[in-house]
Amino acid sequence: MGHAHTTSGHGHAGHDAQPLVGHLVAPWILFATGGALIVLTVITVAVRYVDLGEANLLVALAIAGLKATLVSLFFMHLRWDRPFNQLIFLSGILFVVLMMAFCLMDTSQYRDSQYVGNPAGVQAVLDKDAPNAPIAAQKSPDLP
Amino acid sequence: MSAHASAGDHHAADGHGDHGHGGGHGHHNAEYPFLAHHFETPAQQFDSAKLGMWLFLVTEVLFFGALFVGYAVLRNRYPDVFKYASAYLDTTMGGINTGVLILSSLTMAMGVYFAQTGRKTALVVCLWLTMAGAAGFMVIKYFEYTHKFHVHLVWGEGFYKPVTDDGGLQAAELSSKAPVPLAPAQATMSAATVTAQQASMPAFVQMPAGEQTAIAPPAEGPSGMAPAVIDAKAAEHAADPATHGDEALHLQDASMPPNTHLFFAIYYAMTGLHGIHVLIGMGVIGWLIVRAGRGEFGPKYYTPVDLVGLYWHIVDLVWIFLFPLFYLID
Repeated sequence: MGHAHTTSGHGHAGHDAQPLVGHLVAPWILFATGGALIVLTVITVAVRYVDLGEANLLVALAIAGLKATLVSLFFMHLRWDRPFNQLIFLSGILFVVLMMAFCLMDTSQYRDSQYVGNPAGVQAVLDKDAPNAPIAAQKSPDLP
Repeated sequence: MSAHASAGDHHAADGHGDHGHGGGHGHHNAEYPFLAHHFETPAQQFDSAKLGMWLFLVTEVLFFGALFVGYAVLRNRYPDVFKYASAYLDTTMGGINTGVLILSSLTMAMGVYFAQTGRKTALVVCLWLTMAGAAGFMVIKYFEYTHKFHVHLVWGEGFYKPVTDDGGLQAAELSSKAPVPLAPAQATMSAATVTAQQASMPAFVQMPAGEQTAIAPPAEGPSGMAPAVIDAKAAEHAADPATHGDEALHLQDASMPPNTHLFFAIYYAMTGLHGIHVLIGMGVIGWLIVRAGRGEFGPKYYTPVDLVGLYWHIVDLVWIFLFPLFYLID
């Protein structure tokens, strides 16, 4: 079936050689996206060696989010895709964020364990298999 | 067969164009042999397939999303464990794998471009390059996993078992001496570790000071491992734990926080599920290579290439988050 009848359009714009369905993304956009992803990977590794305290996690997540946006917009053609497909993808991400937010809200409601040392059953296993294993669940300093 | 040219007769393809008036879905079949009978146009078929693929990708996002939630809960609960254990992962290997996956995503996107423009050879080359990237990723992952298994950086209780059964350093040293009455891990416990261990024990477990033995600890342990040697190795490991050799050094490290095995549980759960997706991706890319070699894809029909491309980019996208969350903690 119809090979190579659109070869005149490749290389520069590409928009004059549309396929029957879907959207043709020019190679230079794809290569620019790939290059940006590699550069961002180098940056995220380099930032690891800069101590920003708690902000390190936020910076890493921001860079990863930017990379994910580039991949979905250009590699996955989402920028030119039907709006309904964009909505579906964003709604999936929204529900993951909701699930994560509620789970973290829940886990932060619990006090630290009041046990001192490992629970008895756990300690028996550790004594047998791993005498070097650390003692878990130290008493929290803010407990009475 | 040419006796009657019914609308559904595929053999009427040669004569198309001379009677395009009669409803003509048979002509569509002739012009678009890939078009299923329940679709009106190639565009409708393409959009339906793409809609289905995006819905599937959302289930994948939720699939991995649940594990990311598990990761967040664990990291929120045990921040020290994640800071400590991340140093055991090899950032170089993880970084190379990130680059490999990004490049394979690029070759996949270029493959879609060549399918859209009907260049068969370039498409097949791009698919093979994508396949090579996937295979390279799995080879690097294999070396990472096998090394961690070897030194018992695993999930569950195996994490706390000393390496004695597979020719590691401790096994060699132990076997060269007479049988040791102590458990192997105890034999290699340094004096500093014991002190720290006892200090952290609850009072009712600790031996009263007056009951402690007057016998001085030996300069060298029963297996030839002097406390000084252990401490030196632990210091070396603390400098760069990713480069250590055959020993389960985490068992000799008194600074290891409790529940460190949980980090490796979520590490294997998430990278393992991701690795399974890479293997599945290799399967469907192989299927594309076969079909592309037969010349089945072109500007009119390239849906499978497009959809597998979407799947492959999602696999890349998941790794983009896994890499900093596991390998790049402090």
